[in-house]
Amino acid sequence: MIEVRVHGRGGQGGVTSAEMLAIAAINEGKFAQAFPSFGPERRGAPVIAFARVSEEKIRNRTKVYTPDVVIVLDPSVLSIVNVEEGLKSDGMLVINSAKSVAELRNEYGFKTSLAQVDATHIAMEELGLPITNTTMLGATVKAVQSLIPVESLVAPLEARFGRIAARNIKAMQRAYDETEIDII
Amino acid sequence: MAKRVGIEVSLAISEAVKLANVDAIAAYPITPQTHIVEHLSELVADGELDAAFIPVESEHSAMSVCAGTSAAGARTYTATSSQGLALMNEILYIIPALRLPVVMTIANRAISGPISIWNDHSDIMGVRDTGWIAVFAENGQEAFDLSLMAFKIAEDHRVLLPISVNIDGFTLSHVIEPHEFLGQEEVDKFLPEYKPAVQLNPDAPVSMGTVGIPEIFTEAKKCQDEVLKGSEAVVKEVFAEFGEMFGREYKVVETYRSEGAETLLMTMGSVSETAMEAIDKMRDEGKAVGLIRLRLWRPFPVEALRAEMVGVKTLAVIDRAVSFGGTGGPVASEVRSALYSIDQAPYVASFIAGLGGRDITIDDFIMVVGQAERMAAEKEIHQYKMIGVRE
Repeated sequence: MIEVRVHGRGGQGGVTSAEMLAIAAINEGKFAQAFPSFGPERRGAPVIAFARVSEEKIRNRTKVYTPDVVIVLDPSVLSIVNVEEGLKSDGMLVINSAKSVAELRNEYGFKTSLAQVDATHIAMEELGLPITNTTMLGATVKAVQSLIPVESLVAPLEARFGRIAARNIKAMQRAYDETEIDII
Repeated sequence: MAKRVGIEVSLAISEAVKLANVDAIAAYPITPQTHIVEHLSELVADGELDAAFIPVESEHSAMSVCAGTSAAGARTYTATSSQGLALMNEILYIIPALRLPVVMTIANRAISGPISIWNDHSDIMGVRDTGWIAVFAENGQEAFDLSLMAFKIAEDHRVLLPISVNIDGFTLSHVIEPHEFLGQEEVDKFLPEYKPAVQLNPDAPVSMGTVGIPEIFTEAKKCQDEVLKGSEAVVKEVFAEFGEMFGREYKVVETYRSEGAETLLMTMGSVSETAMEAIDKMRDEGKAVGLIRLRLWRPFPVEALRAEMVGVKTLAVIDRAVSFGGTGGPVASEVRSALYSIDQAPYVASFIAGLGGRDITIDDFIMVVGQAERMAAEKEIHQYKMIGVRE
């Protein structure tokens, strides 16, 4: 089972990214869950969402305390939230940042495997908005190949985003191609 | 096997209600139930469901409208949570007394205060004695299946009572997970059209909701109680029929790895699946521990519970509500009563956990089992213990 925690800010679509991941995995014949952190969420405040993906039926319904994958949609939460909390030592941190992997390691002291992409830049170019949830999905499935194939996200994104789906899919594909991965 | 569809549990319930082809829905939005009726209003507005969707100004009005539409012979549905359920309280008593088969989803949520939108069972426990049948779902698939079965149970002429399908707020209602849906034809074969025994009709007038003078009130209550107790047999019949048709088995009391267990953990609702993980861990370590889960909460399945107690020395009951100043958690108190007169009744330890959205983790369950066994060995006299309290 792969357990995922998404960090973002209210309004950035963190819950949606967890949902897209789960729906794509279920479409692939896997088992999956996605759920919000159920907090008093407000636009702009740091929020989290969770997903689990497994080959077998998932029974644990608690929050994810020891994720295998942590996705950071917004680099500004790095300085106010400990995004590494509970992350397994062989886990993967997937960060939206204009900074390089080396710079991120130097600045925050991250010890685990790390994937970096400038998702805000891609989202601004492709969507015209700094909404990075779909973009970061591309980075995530690139960094953690055992989750789901990138193509499996196309159908859920089409269903969710309608007329703006094509642009979101393009942003996701670009992030998939541009993500820099540093395995420890 | 049908294809598994990834969808939010709330929306799966809405789909079940649509497949049940309800005639009337009256509801007031309240977190965490809102997505269910929101989606139903979309289905009605889009013409996918031919039903009267009646928006109201409060839950008290929602349940009052349900009384009216059900009395007029309409298949009637509503959903609520927490304060909304509490506001319905007055009318909740009327519905079973009038023998109206209303189906309600309760997305279980704490009752204020402090103000909490999060999950526990204090809402359903507050309406325990209103005369409704109450069942609990442990996952989205069960929420979907039980929502369909609820209509069949409630509308059976041997029953004609309302039923609540309880799903844990957020931990079920807001989770996207796999569901296997049923087709309309399959559902139509399972769930026949609702045929009221008596209905309000200007051409053939009847009186409903009349005064019960002291000479008949006791008899009316005796009739109501008998029919509620008798509904357990129909619940079992409907579970069996559903299992035969669709291959998913349901029981009023369910067990997991309880064979030869000297200690049983007891749960109700969505924490049961997490508890299974804890049982697997303890079994792997060679401990004779199993799980027992109440699916049917009202009428309380006394005999089915007793039948599972052979060889059980300790029962660790998890309650997700407080009966303030009472003798135990609401479930534990019932269990102690149900087992009091049997030979070699197990020691019943009562734990309160998972209040107002607090997780009950795998480690919590393992800790509870250990604590219950120690208490049983020492024959500790206690009413209930609240676990996981930060001090």
